Amino acid sequence: MMQILPLFVAIPLGAGFLIPLVGRRNPRLCDALGNMTMLALLAMAISVIGKQGVYWVGGWLPQAGIPLGINLVLDGASLVMLLTITTISFMVTLYSIQYMDRYTSRSRFYSLFSLMVAGMIGVTLTGDLFNLFVFLEIASIASYALVAFGTQHEELEAAFRYIVLGSVGAALILFAIAIIYALTGSLNMAGISRALGTSPKPIYFFAVAMFIAGFGLKAALVPFHTWLPDAHPSAPAPISAMLSGVLIKTLGIYALARVLFNAVGMTPLFLDVLLVLGTLSIMVGVLLALGQDDIKRTLAYHSISQMGYVVLGFGLGTRLGIAAGLFHLMNHAVFKTLLFLNAGSIEYATGTRDYNKMGGLRSKMPVTAATSLIASMSISGIPPFNGFWSKLFIIVAAVQAEKYGYAAWAVVGSILTLASFTKLQKRAFFDEPKEAAKVAKEVPVFMKASMIGLAVLCVLMGLLWLPRIQEGFFMQAAKSLQEGFEYATHILGQ
Amino acid sequence: MHYALCLVLFMVGLYGVLVKRNLIKIIVSLVVMESAVNLFIVMVGYRLKGIAPIMDSTIPPDQFVAASVDPIPQALVLTSIVIGVGVTAMTVAIAMRLYERYGTYDIQEIRRLRG
Repeated sequence: MMQILPLFVAIPLGAGFLIPLVGRRNPRLCDALGNMTMLALLAMAISVIGKQGVYWVGGWLPQAGIPLGINLVLDGASLVMLLTITTISFMVTLYSIQYMDRYTSRSRFYSLFSLMVAGMIGVTLTGDLFNLFVFLEIASIASYALVAFGTQHEELEAAFRYIVLGSVGAALILFAIAIIYALTGSLNMAGISRALGTSPKPIYFFAVAMFIAGFGLKAALVPFHTWLPDAHPSAPAPISAMLSGVLIKTLGIYALARVLFNAVGMTPLFLDVLLVLGTLSIMVGVLLALGQDDIKRTLAYHSISQMGYVVLGFGLGTRLGIAAGLFHLMNHAVFKTLLFLNAGSIEYATGTRDYNKMGGLRSKMPVTAATSLIASMSISGIPPFNGFWSKLFIIVAAVQAEKYGYAAWAVVGSILTLASFTKLQKRAFFDEPKEAAKVAKEVPVFMKASMIGLAVLCVLMGLLWLPRIQEGFFMQAAKSLQEGFEYATHILGQ
Repeated sequence: MHYALCLVLFMVGLYGVLVKRNLIKIIVSLVVMESAVNLFIVMVGYRLKGIAPIMDSTIPPDQFVAASVDPIPQALVLTSIVIGVGVTAMTVAIAMRLYERYGTYDIQEIRRLRG
């Protein structure tokens, strides 16, 4: 039954090698293969909704409760991530068909893209710490190359900064994994949680601090955020969308949550660290975003801020907080991808990213303007769009947990987000047309289709918080994180 | 004690990454950091006067487990070295392209972005 799990990694990995082999001479074949791969992954992800299970690679079953091999785990939380990654990947490849006409070597683009997706899905599914590190590096290396894809001055500079900080983060994570291995003699997350027991040594806190710093670098939480506003805007628009939409969440936040909650054990101290990091990210991200006039840089700073909300939700440690955090993670993936694709369309049509030079795009590009308005309202938390519900429930969860100060910061952050997007919408779409906007035309059909699809999701995803779906989906996901060491029982048996 | 030396080596690398201005020196510092971690992983599995972890019929299993070094870190370190080489190659490639564009290896002069 769980035989499908390794295919989630194998299919994009295979596509990553196949596409440059067969598609070098024929760019349309690359488009077809890339889109088919992502569509197949999406279909597979939909087919496993509501299922849970463990797959032991190579048939090495655990003996007497001790894990021997690597396992892939599908539970509530990994299902949420799996659906998010596959949906966004498909929408982004659909958009890339026409957007990537501006670049050469399309086969390499799809190849790196597939590798990145394979790495992210691997991080989502794996139940083994070292395996998590390997997949994390696969996704990271592919993303370094994709940021530098244009090979112009800015792209290379941004990619270099990204690669340096990314490698530091990876080294910290690997160091922490080695310490945990030395302490427990196990690399399997379930095995680690069994072996650690209740009275940790001081070195254990050192390892957890390294995990938080390492994954924090990958997730661009605030003291570690400096690379993100350079790297995300410099990449081609579909890649910016992937990086902000799913990469920082999977490699940073999901991996951190999985390791902290299920492997090394969550304590009130770590929860407080997450709360502080989350609140700092919300405020610093949004304040820096207000000062930008490059549309993609603004969005990149908002990614930092919105990730703060997710971390804040996780840091509350309650069932509702984690569920709302995961819901916001999913919503952010949809609307931030849409916003980056909108920015890509504007750049495609006008050739600039500075929104002081645009203005009046509303009449020239009606589809882009409408979808961008929906996404902006969604990210600013205006009902009935999806972003409103997830932010509302993060704040409700904070109040329920009696963290009134943090709830207040979340509200302030949301108001500032609204201010920033009002400015962006006004300057780009509503004001009098300026030079750059006069020649603008609406973008081609696949780009429109992808943007409309995401806008529809923005409107409909609020329905996911209806009680029945929420119980079965988000609460289930939150349960799998919050129950902590119970995770080991599901995987290894009693 | 030996483990602390790995941490010192790691910090030396981190210092280089944060302070040095030359791209190549930054890359070398990254490699130093990776080596520190790899060294630590190998040392975790080391056992004084341990035997090679190859099972044969002459030793009973429980004695073998007590005497042999831990083979898992050796497998891990191979993987991690390969990943490290991949990242280093990528970084060097980007540094070369940067030199072609800017004509300098000085990170202070490579400043088109405001970040």
